[in-house]
Amino acid sequence: MLKLTVNDVEVEVEEGSTVLHACEEAGVEIPRFCYHDRLSIAGNCRMCLVDMERAPKPIASCAMPAGDGMVIRTDTDRVRKAREGVMEFLLINHPLDCPICDQGGECDLQDQAMGYGLDGSRFSENKRAVNNKYMGPLISTVMTRCIHCTRCVRFATEVAGVPELGAIGRGETMEITTYLEKTLASELSANVIDLCPVGALTSRPYAFTARPWELNKVESVDVMDALGSNIRVDARGAQVMRVLPRLNEDINEEWISDKTRYAIDGLRRQRLDTPFQRGRDGRLHPVSWDEALKSLATALRKAKPKGIAAVAGDQADVESMFALKSLMTRLGSSNIDCRQDGAKIGGKRAGYLFNSTIAGIDDADALLIIGSNPRIEAAVLNARIRRNWLASRMPIGVVGPKIDLTYDADFLGEAPSNLDAIADGNHKFAVKLKKAKRPMIIIGMGAMTRADGAAILGKARRIAEAYGVIANGWNGFNMLHTAAARVGGLDIGFVPGRGAMDIAAMGKAARAGKLDLLWLLGADEIDFDAFSSSFIVYQGHHGDAGAHHADLVLPGAAYTEKDGIYVNTEGRVQYASRAAFPPGDAREDWAIIRAVSGAVGKSIGFDNLAELRDALCAAHPHFADVDQIAPTKWSSFGGRAKLSAEPVTYALSNFYMTCAISRASETMAECVRANGVDSSTAAAAE
Amino acid sequence: MSIESLIASNQPKSFKFSRENEAEIKRVIAKYPKGRQASAVMPLLDLAQRQHDNWIPMKAIELIASKLDMAEIRVLEVATFYTMFNLKPVGQFFLQACTTTPCWLRGSDEMMRAIKDRYNIDSGETSACGRFSLLEVECLGACVNAPILQVNDDFYEDLDYQTTIDLLESLEAGVPLAAGSVLGRVGSEAIEGATTLASIKSKKAAAWAAKKRSSTNVK
Repeated sequence: MLKLTVNDVEVEVEEGSTVLHACEEAGVEIPRFCYHDRLSIAGNCRMCLVDMERAPKPIASCAMPAGDGMVIRTDTDRVRKAREGVMEFLLINHPLDCPICDQGGECDLQDQAMGYGLDGSRFSENKRAVNNKYMGPLISTVMTRCIHCTRCVRFATEVAGVPELGAIGRGETMEITTYLEKTLASELSANVIDLCPVGALTSRPYAFTARPWELNKVESVDVMDALGSNIRVDARGAQVMRVLPRLNEDINEEWISDKTRYAIDGLRRQRLDTPFQRGRDGRLHPVSWDEALKSLATALRKAKPKGIAAVAGDQADVESMFALKSLMTRLGSSNIDCRQDGAKIGGKRAGYLFNSTIAGIDDADALLIIGSNPRIEAAVLNARIRRNWLASRMPIGVVGPKIDLTYDADFLGEAPSNLDAIADGNHKFAVKLKKAKRPMIIIGMGAMTRADGAAILGKARRIAEAYGVIANGWNGFNMLHTAAARVGGLDIGFVPGRGAMDIAAMGKAARAGKLDLLWLLGADEIDFDAFSSSFIVYQGHHGDAGAHHADLVLPGAAYTEKDGIYVNTEGRVQYASRAAFPPGDAREDWAIIRAVSGAVGKSIGFDNLAELRDALCAAHPHFADVDQIAPTKWSSFGGRAKLSAEPVTYALSNFYMTCAISRASETMAECVRANGVDSSTAAAAE
Repeated sequence: MSIESLIASNQPKSFKFSRENEAEIKRVIAKYPKGRQASAVMPLLDLAQRQHDNWIPMKAIELIASKLDMAEIRVLEVATFYTMFNLKPVGQFFLQACTTTPCWLRGSDEMMRAIKDRYNIDSGETSACGRFSLLEVECLGACVNAPILQVNDDFYEDLDYQTTIDLLESLEAGVPLAAGSVLGRVGSEAIEGATTLASIKSKKAAAWAAKKRSSTNVK
């Protein structure tokens, strides 16, 4: 530890800290533009100048390593004058367009100019003007405002792993741009908007729509992937205006993916705002809730209990799944499944969690990825893998097709036989795994949704046990889910009971005409052809594939419109909060299920969300521990069957469109066009 | 300024290094430790510029990026940082005129006026005949012999209006003057000859200076 004195206050900081850290430790706020905790140090804005004893001139505190016995002063006249000088220079070329700038009200330059700016300008020459740059459909640029802090350049290069941003020219003609103004091809690109301390990079979809002080800010949880990134939802009235990241060191740090941030305009389109029923003419007609509930009650009564099934989609909250499960139990059916993609997971909790936790990625020293493309499936998590790789160059092996992960990986091939070879110890990657002290395995849905998914899971478990992936104090056996609802669903046992049907069996039964009623809780990504003979009830918020094929549509609430519990891929229980109300006659999902239970006369035992949560926590105690991961015991899981020869693939190919909300989003559609990504998934949803 | 104004609008569709340059590139890269090959970016840009009529097309930047395992933007950053790299076509004779203080005090304005009178071009422009391009640059580091005009790789020193015109005429005629001081002084010695150590008369030094003066290094 190093001892420093900052403004007569003695502080201790760790070796390798900077003077800026020491000042913060002493409770002194240091103004800064270029310095950022999660980026490399540039030291080019000079705003963080402080006085150091025996130094002839002020020093840049962000770039000066703290030394034992340093005496720092931040409150001298010289420091103040120096910072005012820096500010004056910054403002020389910065336009006075705050009233028309989207950064207004949340601008570092604006805030710090209040503290260090002079009241007038002494600069009578012309200000420089810079042409705006194209950086893709998400980032709006006004480059005249740029103060060249290079935070965006460092973010793209270091965190996002796409070194496409740079500063061309020099001196007064220096400009930030992408190479020949190409789109910034990263799933994390929009984080540069948050990083930009001025209004040079602002949000394009959000441009000129709202001011920060008129927004209602709600802390919530993202459901676009299974990470459960912490977000802040900013709404004005009934409309969600934007989503921003919220700091959570254990999950997303302070980044979120572009889909998390920008799929929200999908919340305004194709919404189900009233119940619909399919008429004799084969078309959906709006009906009242009374009629809808009545006809559903009739259908439920008519159906044989064995012929009723329910499937929960990828963004269902735990409460509504719990309510639906309770109702199905009361109806005498245990044909329920929360794995609409047919993943062969469930049962033993250690077998479907990201056991090392997301933060645990930082500790890994070798990584084997099986059938997962984390860059698309969990972009923020991928940035964490990249950070570890940058620091440690740990060996990373991937079983699956070749892709650009933003770090060097050893593509072992697509054949599942690679896993056999690793398990047997005669594979080149096996040596690297053996050498590692904290090896990690990440299994993706690309491997789990295969017919032999259970066998792959079993094989992976045996590899884990043989290679020290499970050791004292370390469990590197990780499943990376793609659905926000999946772990919560598995935790409450939204899976078929003994002898009951899973999604594949439901399809088979439906083809044989033995499935009377299928209840879809926001499930849009199933094979609807199989269920043409069944009465389909779709409960959800978007007019997507599910509603298209439904005989009865119950309008539910999207994730920003209800309080709900989500469990992320590492098993962390998180509470999402309502930021706006569902449109029209749409209702919160658990309440719809409660209403149906009333209509069929099968009480499920709770009348409000608090009672529901009490019942949930009574049945599954770990849901009471918010933001915690319930400890799990390692146990035997997975099958022992022979692996098929079919090549391993990835679950997702199109990052931008993975759910009903993102498919309805114009911004996401624009991203698909701009990035030229494979739009097959988008087309499939039509 | 945007990138369009920095680079040539008419870009070639492809760029390949010549065989000799490929060999040179290998030699240059080998100078740096393994994994530090990006250090060779400036020599490679220089080679590309020399091979490609004194300017660097984007295809060359992309080729260099892939050769050195760098991001394209990193190479472009370097290429735009230094005024010595031309990203647009320039004339056969690329004139870099120093107008920094010492040159200006010694009459660089006259030198500039001579160029302007002859070709009607300002800094950053190319003459109507297409053979002469002018760029105003910062200190060329030969202040003792100011003012300086750099023609491609050669320095012409001690210029005034008339000698600049003479120089340009010689270039047009294809028989360039000898590089160095147009007043004929050796190196940076005083105009009347050496004033210190004047007693030492080295035949070797005199012969070397004469040889240097007569060599023509302008293509």
